[in-house]
Amino acid sequence: MIRCENIFKSFDETEVLKDISIVFESGKNNLIIGKSGAGKTVLLKILVGLLNPTSGKIWYDGHDFTSLNHKELQKLRNEVGMLFQGSALFDSMTVEENIRFPMDMFTKKTKKEKKNRVNYCLERVNLEGINDQFPSEISGGMQKRVGIARSIVMEPNYLFCDEPNSGLDPKTSIVIDELISNITYDDNITTIINTHDMNSVLEIGDNINLLHNGKLAWQGTKSEVLKSQSEELVDFIFASPFLKKLRGQAIDEL
Amino acid sequence: MIKPLLFHTGRYFVMLGSTLRKPSNFRMYWKETVRQMYDIGVGSVTIVVLISVFIGAVSAVQFSYQIGGTFIPKYYIGYIVRDMTIIELAPTFTGLVLAGKVGSNMASEIGGMRQKEHIDAMEVMGVNTASYLILPKIIAAVVIIPILVSIGAFVSIIGGYIASVPFGDLTNLDYIKGLRSFFVPFNVVMMLIKALVFAFILTSVSCYQGYYVEGGSIELGKASTNAVVISDVMILLADYIIVLMLTT
Repeated sequence: MIRCENIFKSFDETEVLKDISIVFESGKNNLIIGKSGAGKTVLLKILVGLLNPTSGKIWYDGHDFTSLNHKELQKLRNEVGMLFQGSALFDSMTVEENIRFPMDMFTKKTKKEKKNRVNYCLERVNLEGINDQFPSEISGGMQKRVGIARSIVMEPNYLFCDEPNSGLDPKTSIVIDELISNITYDDNITTIINTHDMNSVLEIGDNINLLHNGKLAWQGTKSEVLKSQSEELVDFIFASPFLKKLRGQAIDEL
Repeated sequence: MIKPLLFHTGRYFVMLGSTLRKPSNFRMYWKETVRQMYDIGVGSVTIVVLISVFIGAVSAVQFSYQIGGTFIPKYYIGYIVRDMTIIELAPTFTGLVLAGKVGSNMASEIGGMRQKEHIDAMEVMGVNTASYLILPKIIAAVVIIPILVSIGAFVSIIGGYIASVPFGDLTNLDYIKGLRSFFVPFNVVMMLIKALVFAFILTSVSCYQGYYVEGGSIELGKASTNAVVISDVMILLADYIIVLMLTT
């Protein structure tokens, strides 16, 4: 479980996050949603420690993330996996080397153990046999899946996904959502997904947190989305007239 | 003017502080260091040799022209080419050329990694990115660049020979006599000190420019240009300071 309390973040005079307090539960897909510029990526970067909050606290299962020393932070970092928006695979390394990288850096496993773990992770994302290919030789969807494989190779307790569906076709997006969801439930990890993909919200959103102008505007589950009267949520999820009409029909059916 | 200067200087030293921390995995660092040594050494030896031949040749011809009609013995050409090359031209020219070739490449490589979130990905994994990405480059440079400078000095002396002896400016024996006259071994030490310092400057300054790049491709281009310009200025400044410290 990750808990953030009263997070504020400013860049010079611009206040990007205003008093954000959220509990991200373990074994669930915790979504951060919102329009572009709402502060989702900044919040995610603060949660993983890539940015420091102006004020506020972050707790990883009872450990105050903002006041850990170097050694404790290092230990905690090995329990964190992250899938980046652009996959962030290292171009000069093969798929296997990319996935193996955290193990090479931080573990003393044998070559065989590493190979087995890489193959297991590739199997979990349905990409067996592409070990020797370079990121430039595989599709965007495959790169995302390799990114997921790399993020789970160290058996993390916390998984962060920054817009995992961006740039993907709807079908591939569903595959990526399913993969992340399965990993979350099977491994009982705390997953935080930053997205503005409406399908993800309605399919895998166990806990949904809507950011609007840097503030937490709405919280709920996927089943509560349709019924919610929150102006910000309706405005975000059902932005187009067509979707608004569909929402009306769905509510009528309910 | 003062505020940005202080900001960048402070951040440069903070980056160096992170860079010089104990590596988390020596084997991974070693692998990266060897790769960098190969890139810097093999990738730059041709340009260093080419430039050095011409530096030696021009020095010989120029000096021959200057002493023409004077009582200065001809064999001084060899002596002057040797000392100019060792004391000044080989380390400085090599440093400036490598700042353009190696430095801009390092700034682009690290800056590209920053822009493609590779550095963020490593940070999340717990990698000390300043150390992992910069330390191997610095170590590789301070090992390889003095070797390149030594090769450059040797080739320059040969360049001076090629430009003067076959064209009848002086005899083979005179040139060798010049090379063997008034030799001060400390000059070689000074050349190696300069090479070490220049190697450190050009790698650390270039990596700094790439490591903190923000924005898109235009900013990356600017970072690469800044890496070369600032490294060149710092190399020339360091050259002056070293000369002052070691010769006065």
